[in-house]
Amino acid sequence: MTTKTRLLLKLAGATGALLLSLGVAAPQEARAELRIDITRGVSEPLPIAITSFAGSGGRDAQMGADISKVISDDLERSGLFKPLDPRGFLQTPDQLRTGEPRYQDWKALGAQALVAGNTTTGADGRMKVDFRLWDVAAGQYMQGLSYSASPQEWRRIAHIVADAIYKRLTGEDGYFDTRIVYVAESGPANSRKKQLAIMDQDSANHQFLTDGQTLVLTPRFSPTSQEITYMSYFNKKPRVYLFNIDTGRQEVLGDFPGMTFAPRFSPDGNKVIMSMAQNGNTDIYTLDLRTRRQTQLTDAPGIDTGPSYSPDGQRIVFESDRGGTQQLYTMSADGSGVKRLTFGEGRYGTPVWSPRGDLIAFTRQRGSSFAIGVIRPDGTGERILTESFHVEGPTWAPNGRVLMFFKDLPSGDGRGRNAKLYSIDITGANERRVSSPVDASDPAWSPLIP
Amino acid sequence: MRMKFLALAAVALLAACESTPNDAANGANTGAQQTSVRPGSAEDFVVNVGDRVFFGLDRYDLSPEARATLDRQAKWLQTYGSVTVTVEGHADERGTREYNLALGERRANSVKNYLAAKGITPNRVNVVSYGKERPAVVGSNEAAWSQNRRGVTVVN
Repeated sequence: MTTKTRLLLKLAGATGALLLSLGVAAPQEARAELRIDITRGVSEPLPIAITSFAGSGGRDAQMGADISKVISDDLERSGLFKPLDPRGFLQTPDQLRTGEPRYQDWKALGAQALVAGNTTTGADGRMKVDFRLWDVAAGQYMQGLSYSASPQEWRRIAHIVADAIYKRLTGEDGYFDTRIVYVAESGPANSRKKQLAIMDQDSANHQFLTDGQTLVLTPRFSPTSQEITYMSYFNKKPRVYLFNIDTGRQEVLGDFPGMTFAPRFSPDGNKVIMSMAQNGNTDIYTLDLRTRRQTQLTDAPGIDTGPSYSPDGQRIVFESDRGGTQQLYTMSADGSGVKRLTFGEGRYGTPVWSPRGDLIAFTRQRGSSFAIGVIRPDGTGERILTESFHVEGPTWAPNGRVLMFFKDLPSGDGRGRNAKLYSIDITGANERRVSSPVDASDPAWSPLIP
Repeated sequence: MRMKFLALAAVALLAACESTPNDAANGANTGAQQTSVRPGSAEDFVVNVGDRVFFGLDRYDLSPEARATLDRQAKWLQTYGSVTVTVEGHADERGTREYNLALGERRANSVKNYLAAKGITPNRVNVVSYGKERPAVVGSNEAAWSQNRRGVTVVN
């Protein structure tokens, strides 16, 4: 799966219109619409009944059941939903396909939302998936959509359906139709093998992108293309590279006399911002991917690294030890207007600006522990989300609601480290392992797949 | 790398013990030359000069011990004038990845600058930082960390 075929998403005109008009025709009630307030933090997850997307039988039935499972798992992992055990369901998918939900039955199960769907394969071999969503308490139809795609893309369809349900019930964009690029780790700690790997957000469709012959670090997704920027020790010359996921082509970025590292794309995808270290001094540079022009943004003595753009491209957050210890600063995109952001006890690094613009995530080191936290771009509202012997390297889900990072425990003598990926809600709730076939560090979350 | 260093040191010591009293009086430094260690070789540098210096927490200045080691390195490099080296800068695991890459580069340059001050042409000395990626000693305690905050001069 090096080449990921572009998914053709189609809002099926007829079906969609019919379903949506049914929704409008449903009786309007004065009560508040079913909605999860996700800004509130830890709350009871919403009980939701997700019936099998079983088709008319055979292969469609199996695929329908698999699609339901992926949707259910996505919603469950978000921490905002509690999918109910299908064994308690009293209405079959067939009954829901042809008739109205028996709201009383679903209410009795404790369901507040109900999802039904159907999977069929057309004569052209394309798969069609439609789903409908009801507010059980209000006895109201909420939404119905239909998608078609090649059957190989069934997991993506499931993630897209989960995103649609998430959006309808939270008011926020979903993040399930996304991928994670990370550094897969194996071997002894003093000669760790590190290779780039990529997988879906739910750990499916895993593949290695590099062979592990060369040390690689800190991959980051392009916001606009199937490309990754990362750091590689190819030929023992540590430099920032560009990796094309579709073609596997790698190229060094820029012509710098010293080590380049800590790369990230600009929000428009046209530039890569990075650090260059030379003669014991580290500054921040940009490389324009179209003109190949290199621009120096900082020239303070000391270490300026970890740059990350605000989503509007106007500001940059970075870390610097110019004040004596490692702290976060912001500056304009041209390098002017530097302001110190953090004044807390400890050291602050790896800043990354939320795609929503409202928060900056960071790693804080204080005493014998590391923590992942967030702070507003004006320096207020600093909050620690999780703390451990070693946590590092937060990355944002595209909706700015969830962070992923890596965590490892102290290594005993002669034993390797055991870094693993975790995700956490920006409220600090719902910290969970993100499974990977081998040890994992430096995760980077993709934008929603186009 | 450290294991190799210890093994070579042990060989040198063993050779010193087994040599005649007259040779042994010359000390461990010359004892190594009676093994297969060729003068001017990478092994000679590691065993008889010392290939690494250590740094304090988040520091890149050179201790008196480090300077003494680098004085020997400079002398050796003057003797073997055609040899080029790469100084590898390393950090312990108690720092973020990117900061430690920059810190390792600083440490490698401290070594390079000191050697330059002792007359070693800068173009004979390449630097590379590995940050916290290549610990010499595996372990999560100060004993391990103090061995990992290092600059290692590697004969090319």
